[in-house]
Amino acid sequence: MQPAAAIPVIEFLDVSYCVAGTQVLSGFNLQVQGGETLVLLGRSGSGKTTSLKLVNRLLSPTSGEVRVKGVPIGEGDVIRLRRGIGYVIQDVGLFPHFTVERNIGLVPKIEGWAADRIRARVEELLQLVGLAPETASRYPHQLSGGQRQRVGVARALAADPEILLMDEPFGALDPLTRDELQREFLLLQQRLHKTVVFVTHDLREALRLGSRIALMEAGRLVSVLSPPDFLRSADPLASAYVRAFGEGLESAANRGAS
Amino acid sequence: MNVFRFILQNHSQVLELTLEHLRLVGFSTLFAMLIGIPLGIGIAHRPRFNKPVLASANIIQTIPSLALFGFLLPVPWLGERADRLAILALTLYALLPIIRNTYTGIRGVDPAVVEAGRGMGLTESQLLLQVELPLSVSVILSGVRVAVVISVGLATIAAAIGAGGLGEFIFRGLAMVDDRVILAGAIPAAILALVADFGVGWLERRLQPR
Repeated sequence: MQPAAAIPVIEFLDVSYCVAGTQVLSGFNLQVQGGETLVLLGRSGSGKTTSLKLVNRLLSPTSGEVRVKGVPIGEGDVIRLRRGIGYVIQDVGLFPHFTVERNIGLVPKIEGWAADRIRARVEELLQLVGLAPETASRYPHQLSGGQRQRVGVARALAADPEILLMDEPFGALDPLTRDELQREFLLLQQRLHKTVVFVTHDLREALRLGSRIALMEAGRLVSVLSPPDFLRSADPLASAYVRAFGEGLESAANRGAS
Repeated sequence: MNVFRFILQNHSQVLELTLEHLRLVGFSTLFAMLIGIPLGIGIAHRPRFNKPVLASANIIQTIPSLALFGFLLPVPWLGERADRLAILALTLYALLPIIRNTYTGIRGVDPAVVEAGRGMGLTESQLLLQVELPLSVSVILSGVRVAVVISVGLATIAAAIGAGGLGEFIFRGLAMVDDRVILAGAIPAAILALVADFGVGWLERRLQPR
């Protein structure tokens, strides 16, 4: 049930970002629609992570404007903005001195939720990301890499944000765990319909998870394509990607679409 | 042994000087923490200032203690009371380990943890109080521990300017060429240093994050 309004949830308007004289992002225009998973694909240094951090204002654009739900984010309260956006990073960044329960419940807690509501929410989220209820009392160092990232996803979803930013969340996991988490991500997304911006350099992951793929190179947006179109694309960079990843990509794209 | 008989005979004075000593160390450590911890946090967040601040604290550390006590003596309000002056000098010496360890502790917090916290909408003060400080508290305390142990030793020299403390016995003993009197100051001071070291060390382990 998508709202009829055509306002994109996230919008980059001619955004540039410079740091120490280096142009990291230039003339970046992109719209992310409600409920879609937009994948930012590109090699290291192409500006994917920078674009992601511009959305929750961990970085501010040098020029241009980023809008969330039609509102320029430079004007509003940055803390409110961030609490309405789930953020998942490759290194997870769980608080090592907090139990899983406190990690997941932190934002609800500082938002002033009642203790039993937080507990119920934590329980619900653990189940959602496929973790046993007794995980709640564990500390991050007692978990495996895959479990940690599940907690990371649960924590990002805690206050039920509309937007989810994911920066190579499965990049550091072994192939089997990655496969498992990708599959669960798709199931989760079918239920929750969050607006997701997902950064990866893995074409297979992009094809599988993305509803659209935004291909980036050297701080510029090359093209935005659906997974099937990406495979057929005549764009030299897109076809270079397809060649580099070799056989079996169609099945990844189909799985993502199904 | 003679020393212990001497201490027993003069126990009330030993106790009095020990308490004076504790007062010098206690206040100076407290002030050094009140100044050093915020300063350490400040330079951890603004690395631009870390060199000048640490360099200044370092330079203070290189001033011989007797000379520093002497330099401060003519300062108007301070010079009136030797204990004020001693507390100030001890505070200055305690700054370096506290600032440096606070800086190291805060900088040592995993950047991914800080980024995740900031990204999920913690304010800078929530980030500091709930994440950065709890994760660096044991490093900060180990700086405090070094500061306390140094202070206990340095405070004996404060007696040279009449600030009291266990140094009284040491200087008196030196003048009288009487080992018993020297040791009556030195032994309690050593015990004080050991107890403080153990106490803060215990706190440090208690507060260690997992």
